[in-house]
Amino acid sequence: MVDQPAADAWRLSIDLPSERGASRRVTDDLLEHLGLHGWSPSDIFAIHLAAEEAIVNAIVHGNRLDPAKKVHVECEVSPGVARIAITDEGAGFDPASVPDCTSEERLEASSGRGVMLMRSFMSRIEYNAKGNAVVLEKIRNPADG
Amino acid sequence: MPSHKRIDVSKVGDVTVVRFVDKKILDEAGIQELGAELFSLIEHDNRRSMLLNFENVDFLSSAALGKLITLDRKMKSAQGRLKMSNIRPEILEVFQITKLNKVFDIRAEEAEAISAFQ
Repeated sequence: MVDQPAADAWRLSIDLPSERGASRRVTDDLLEHLGLHGWSPSDIFAIHLAAEEAIVNAIVHGNRLDPAKKVHVECEVSPGVARIAITDEGAGFDPASVPDCTSEERLEASSGRGVMLMRSFMSRIEYNAKGNAVVLEKIRNPADG
Repeated sequence: MPSHKRIDVSKVGDVTVVRFVDKKILDEAGIQELGAELFSLIEHDNRRSMLLNFENVDFLSSAALGKLITLDRKMKSAQGRLKMSNIRPEILEVFQITKLNKVFDIRAEEAEAISAFQ
């Protein structure tokens, strides 16, 4: 799923258990390597948030915390691109069916903001047809140095 | 004064000022504890003027937003006032994207927020 890796990229491929808190096994390393590759604090925040939301969605909504199911995560970080691919073993969902969390009637709902935050903070997010795999991609703004 | 694990609570005049112990508010168990401690300030301690100072917070997930919304709703139901301050730009952006900046009363600095309670 992670295509055309850059030569100097950091890469991680890991299966996470479907339990709360498992995202730390990815995000701790991911944040460290984003820093090592010179990403800005605000970009690191954005990528962290998107990865956290997507992995939690995969564990809780995708695999429904089923201990028999894994969440597969692939990361690739280079100075210019950060890409995270997350696949769960659930039935999938239609991202277009997620209601707009900023509509008047949903504004104060207690959940349902993760997908919008991922879209806002990343350059690209793409689900597969089944809706059980997502690729998050952030292209570094050259103006950030 | 009950002890808290997730928050530091102080008072400035009549305003209860809450600071967060955790720099990252993201794991489910921590968010549940945080919510319980915040709700207790309204429901058990009858605090009606509360400021959440986010200066210690580097990161929060959407699950934490849900708790803040519930807290805001509880405070409004109790005829109290909740304000927030010292939010770093990236987290402010989260509030802006989700339009929660229209729901919450957000001030730049603690002093400004405190005076807004008068």
